[in-house]
Amino acid sequence: MKTVEPAHAAHADREQDPPVNSVQPSRPARRNRDWLHGLLMSTPAVAGLVAFVGVPFGYAVVLSFYNVRLGSPLAPSFFGLEQYRRLFTDPDLSGPFLRALLNNLTFAVVVVPLQTGLALALAILLNRKLKAIGLFRSLFFMPVVFPMTLVAVIWRLILARSDEGLLNSALHAVSFGNWGAFDWLGDSATAMASVIVLSVWQGVGFQMVILLAGLQQIPGELYEAAELDRATRWQQFRHVTLPGIRGTLVFVAMLTSVLSFRVFDQVYVLIHGGGLDEDATRTVMYQAVTTAFDQNNIGQASAITVLFFLIVVALTLIQRRVVRPDNED
Amino acid sequence: MATTRAPLRRFGDYTVLSVLAFIFVLPVLYLLLGSLKPSDEVLNGLTGFLPTHLSFDNYAHVLDALNSDSTGYFWRFMGVSLLVAFVVVTGGLFVNSMAAYGMSRLKWRGREAVFTLVLLLMLVPFESVAVPLFYMFNDQRNTLYIQAIPFVANAFSVYQFHTFFRSIPPSIEEAARLDGAGPWRTFFAIVVPMSKPAFASVAILTFLTQWGSFLWPVLMVSDPSVRPLPLEMSVFQGQQPPDWGQILAFGVLLVLPVLVVFAFFQRWFVQGVASSAVKG
Repeated sequence: MKTVEPAHAAHADREQDPPVNSVQPSRPARRNRDWLHGLLMSTPAVAGLVAFVGVPFGYAVVLSFYNVRLGSPLAPSFFGLEQYRRLFTDPDLSGPFLRALLNNLTFAVVVVPLQTGLALALAILLNRKLKAIGLFRSLFFMPVVFPMTLVAVIWRLILARSDEGLLNSALHAVSFGNWGAFDWLGDSATAMASVIVLSVWQGVGFQMVILLAGLQQIPGELYEAAELDRATRWQQFRHVTLPGIRGTLVFVAMLTSVLSFRVFDQVYVLIHGGGLDEDATRTVMYQAVTTAFDQNNIGQASAITVLFFLIVVALTLIQRRVVRPDNED
Repeated sequence: MATTRAPLRRFGDYTVLSVLAFIFVLPVLYLLLGSLKPSDEVLNGLTGFLPTHLSFDNYAHVLDALNSDSTGYFWRFMGVSLLVAFVVVTGGLFVNSMAAYGMSRLKWRGREAVFTLVLLLMLVPFESVAVPLFYMFNDQRNTLYIQAIPFVANAFSVYQFHTFFRSIPPSIEEAARLDGAGPWRTFFAIVVPMSKPAFASVAILTFLTQWGSFLWPVLMVSDPSVRPLPLEMSVFQGQQPPDWGQILAFGVLLVLPVLVVFAFFQRWFVQGVASSAVKG
């Protein structure tokens, strides 16, 4: 897959062939000790990764086969696939979980095209040699540095249910007083849309920057040639821009869909004190955290995170497979 | 673009950009103005945008309100966040760059296998190990170190450094090593000073992610004395009745450190994000 690489990564493959004039012939002793030094240098990071990513990941799989509860006097008992069966068929448990799964899918299906499209539009607009273009780039990128907890709070005010909420009073003004109070976050019909809007506002700058880097790799001569051929702006977009950044675009869409399955912070903050409709917006991660933390049900929560991981991996694989035939550019 | 349409087109570009930028900046403007206004004037329809009765009172009130053992202390929340971010960023720069050097420049049997393991672990999102980690370290809850240690080693940082080190021409290090410098000295005295851009973008990206970190503190921290800022933001905004001026002032204080970093190191920020495109 063709991806955007930072400038410093341009010659990444160089080291594949061992340098011919290296110290190899004259210092056989040193090469022997390189073995030790290389291992020593790698050990702290690799040990940390194994301890805090590798082991817990395997442990999640193990825990999901047990009935483990935090603070329970009963010893964990082997449960087989019972946790998974319950998630899908137990009437009490499958409801919230399947709803969370559905919410996550809805979120992904809307956010991926919306955010990718908007990011592309912004990137194209910003890929010009105009005065103050740097300022515009910074403005669109700025929300990316905002912690999601804060973004949730700002939008809690904008979408506030009273007629003094920002969106409500703006609609009131443009509708000549025909719009009253509407509970954007609390109404199950608009709760998810609200979460989507604030998430896109926060995140779109991230995708924009990646796409901008992709656009800047398209040779300017292609556009000059298109201009000479009297291609319209739309034709230039269709036949120069789009093929030029196809790889980047596919990558961004993939990244966004994986990120969209990780949604947690804004949903958690807005449900706890923001009056967000819980059932319409709970996500898979939200479900895992409440199951582990509020219900102390570690086995069940582990099963949810294992499923979460499988979904993320499946998404990545499906998208790679789907896009591969067109991606041989 | 040497056509007669150019000036018109440029005007159109500016108009579209300005309108979009205005919409984008509105929430930030609202945050800033609201933090400076009396609380009852914040959630007040469109007049929330009027710069009336501006003062820093809300900021003073936040510091007053969060100033006891039961509520926790504002400066302590800030201190916890800064300390955890500092440990994760500096510790991370140290161990991840070292590992990347060991795996990209020193030849040893098994290094390809180890690097492949790192690449595989890079694909595991933190979310999918949060629950077992919570269970494994449950008796370490409400400590400072448990907030930082799991995030020091970072597969993606190793990958970023690895990519960078491989782009450095080997001849420079070879000269150093022929002069008798060992791999450690070559790394710390020659390679690290040459790799400032990589260190800058990894540092900034790590700081940005760590500063907003929320899921792990939700699981691991309940005690106000070790609570980081984003978690307190969630607690503070949930108070009833909400005091909007204070909540927004708190929000400004939460975003200020990362905005300052952003303002000064914007180029590295953007490069760091763009380089994260390689992930996946």
